[in-house]
Amino acid sequence: MSYIRPEFRHPNSPANERGYTRKDYEGGLSTLCAGCGHDSVSAAIIDACFELSIEPHRVAKISGIGCSSKTPTYFLGNSHGFNSVHGRMPSVATGANLANREMIYVGVSGDGDSASIGLGQFAHVTRRNLNMLYVVENNGCYGLTKGQDSATADIGSASKKGAPNPYAPIDLCTLALQLGATYVGRSFSGDKAQLVPLIKGALAHKGFAFLDVISPCVTFNDSAKSTKAYDFVREHAEATGKMDFVPVKQEITADYEPGYTQEVTLHDGSVIHLYKQDGDIENIAGRKSIRDRNEALRQVQQYKTNGKILTGLLYVDPDSQDFHNTLGTVSGALRDLGEKELCPGKQTLADINASFR
Amino acid sequence: MKPTDTSNPEYFHRVVDCQHACPAHTPVPEYIRLIAAERYTDAYMVNWESNVFPGVLGRTCDRPCEPACRRGRVEDEPVAICRLKRVAADNKADISDRLPKIPTQKNGKRVALVGAGPAALTVARDLAPLGYQLDLYDEQIKGGGFMRSQIPSFRLPETVLDEEVNYILNMGVVSQFDTYVESLKDLLGQGYDAVFVGSGAPKGRDLNVPGREAADASIHIGIDWLGSVAFEHTKKIGKRVIVLGGGNTAMDCCRTARRLGGEEVKVIVRSPFADMKASPWEKDDAQTEDIPIIDNHVPLEFVLENDKLVGMTFDRVVAEYNDAGKRSLVSTGEEPAFYACDEVLIAIGQENAFPWIERDIDIAFDQWEMPEVDRITFQSSNPKVFFGGDAAFGPENIITAVAHGHQAAISIDSFCQGDNVAERPLPGVTLVSQKMGIHEWSYDSSIEEDLRYKVPHADKKSALKDRRLEVELGFDIATAFKEAERCLNCDVQTVFSEALCIECDACMDICPTDCINFIDNDDEPALRQSLRVPADDLEQAIYVSDNLKTGRVMVKDEDVCLHCGLCAERCPTAAWDMQKFLYQVTQASVL
Repeated sequence: MSYIRPEFRHPNSPANERGYTRKDYEGGLSTLCAGCGHDSVSAAIIDACFELSIEPHRVAKISGIGCSSKTPTYFLGNSHGFNSVHGRMPSVATGANLANREMIYVGVSGDGDSASIGLGQFAHVTRRNLNMLYVVENNGCYGLTKGQDSATADIGSASKKGAPNPYAPIDLCTLALQLGATYVGRSFSGDKAQLVPLIKGALAHKGFAFLDVISPCVTFNDSAKSTKAYDFVREHAEATGKMDFVPVKQEITADYEPGYTQEVTLHDGSVIHLYKQDGDIENIAGRKSIRDRNEALRQVQQYKTNGKILTGLLYVDPDSQDFHNTLGTVSGALRDLGEKELCPGKQTLADINASFR
Repeated sequence: MKPTDTSNPEYFHRVVDCQHACPAHTPVPEYIRLIAAERYTDAYMVNWESNVFPGVLGRTCDRPCEPACRRGRVEDEPVAICRLKRVAADNKADISDRLPKIPTQKNGKRVALVGAGPAALTVARDLAPLGYQLDLYDEQIKGGGFMRSQIPSFRLPETVLDEEVNYILNMGVVSQFDTYVESLKDLLGQGYDAVFVGSGAPKGRDLNVPGREAADASIHIGIDWLGSVAFEHTKKIGKRVIVLGGGNTAMDCCRTARRLGGEEVKVIVRSPFADMKASPWEKDDAQTEDIPIIDNHVPLEFVLENDKLVGMTFDRVVAEYNDAGKRSLVSTGEEPAFYACDEVLIAIGQENAFPWIERDIDIAFDQWEMPEVDRITFQSSNPKVFFGGDAAFGPENIITAVAHGHQAAISIDSFCQGDNVAERPLPGVTLVSQKMGIHEWSYDSSIEEDLRYKVPHADKKSALKDRRLEVELGFDIATAFKEAERCLNCDVQTVFSEALCIECDACMDICPTDCINFIDNDDEPALRQSLRVPADDLEQAIYVSDNLKTGRVMVKDEDVCLHCGLCAERCPTAAWDMQKFLYQVTQASVL
């Protein structure tokens, strides 16, 4: 088995605005099972960062435990990384983000890491609207421990072992919507045309951006009766509508199709265009506003009831105020604070104390 | 686009760039792997079967394989294919027990071979095992043709040439050396069933400018002079020598002149340096031996004083190219340049000459006095007479002559057996999976990333003293291994089965060179542009699958595929497999 990728790349491999090629965003060679959906999610993150010309050193990747949480090793090898404790990625991300708000935070988690052991942490980081991209690579099973059903497995879905799952699933998008997430999407590892713009939008969004990416486990949960298998997802996924992400700098030259039904301008000036799917009246792009949280919740549930999976961008609040705004923290990274700011002197302390009297 | 038809052997053959570019289609990656495995004798035999003169070609080949090598497109320089071939020749064991057995009972057919160069010797090698009686005629005293007369010993030691020529002469070929065939009519009159003409392009082109006749004693035609040196009729040359011409013969002339007493040897050429016909490495070697190459100089006159050559004058020119890219050399209008010299070697090209072929024996000649020869069968308009090598279509090189010889031998065999000469045998092809385990291949898929290794040279001082001392020393075994590991194994093909594909994108994500795409089908120009990296090299095929479940197709640009096998390793359903493709040109006899 190859454990090193050859050094050679396509001689015409394009460079982005910063002069980086895709190679500069790659990581080590994956040790996950061949065909694992997670590797496609890693590739989508690489594509998104490359296309947005994000400097690799400005990104921090944080993960918990599980197959999904191994993946940050396999992308953005020139970025910062923290492989934390099982289900505790949100705490570490929160700490890092508070210390340095200037970085781009990418949290990678799985259905076990976020919907079981880390469900509490997931709930609270969502509530706080921490400025980060939180990706759950959702395969409905515990792949690292031989494929037991996870908390996101649907009722009746059966993995390779064959026993149907008797428990009700946790829908992480519904949970995120209920808990106040300000950018919520669902996608599929096998659909990069949808996933890459979703990730780009999430990286540009200011606030908590949650993506539930169905990412089949080829080894344990790609069986005929599984609702997280490649075939099932392809047959049952229905997109909310095609989405274009137009970065702020490319706005003038962007090559996007006319005829979008909604336009959302994000905090940094970049724009999301949503297109209505032909013949699909119930889709989100066709509804009044992508900013309607109640409608998003209703539609996710509606699709589920009909045995379908609604994918694409489900909800966005472009005016979101992130955790730093709520707390009123300093404008820059803590590492930039000098002695004068950190030790403002006796008089300042006296003034503070006086204010409490 | 329609799905690619990989059942046509020519599709995968095209992917093996080096083999495809080789006129004899030697299976290059196959023998390079054998060299890496230290199986030098096996590597030699793969070569010998295909190109007959591995030791000679490993030193002197024009190597069309190397500019074609895929490695040269993903990195700076191609694999040193030619010099690896020499490693096989240098390190092989005795091969006599592997040579074909020659039947003592002959088949009753007699074939005359005119010329003992690479083309005729190849015909002999292919026909001897079938029981043909072969009479080989050559005006030189030994076999080898221009490999002996025109390639200096410091590039090709006589022992190497003798060994490989003798393998063939020892197959019961009746050689008649020192015999110039003066009449093809007479030869045909001797009752041969077929005649093969491999008499080369023996006439060096002359330069008729003022002073040519008066200075004749100090002016030599390059190929004649080289032959005269090889057969030791000429042993020295004047101190100041001008070599005219920009091809490999000019390079051989100037370097030989340096060894025969030439102290100030110059190459003077009409064209710009970059346009010279000589191989870049031969130009390098000449310059290393202190031979300046003066370009953009068109000869005007041989200058004599007291009836003795003292130098030459040249018109200084610049090359101008019209819109069609056609070059013209335009005088700069400056004073003519004068270069002093004692002797001049003219190496400005060579031509065919067939004064010994009568024009009334049904062999049609064209307006350039060249015989009309079929490009596939090598048969002339006289069905008994076949041509090959430089004699067929003008000057080429050794490997082309060998390729001609193989095809002519097939034709001669068909003709003598009463079969249709136009019916050509299909190539021998195998395609075998290299899978050994879940993620294991039977070939070394992890390649060496080092830059091309240089072949060490003999000390310049001693090399210039002895025209027989070989300049290139060849790779040692450790370096040969590293160089062999630079080969990408392009013959190990990526074979795709759409029925197994679940479109998980794993292959596309892992591919280091972005070759693999899953996209909507379109016509070829549009498809080529819609890939992750556009497939702009139209010489290279794109591999298109049938429709997949989602309605998309898999499109792979073959251009810079590393054949690393990662797509197949990351494929969960073995929709990709690495399969070794061996393409062998069928020859007259199965060796």
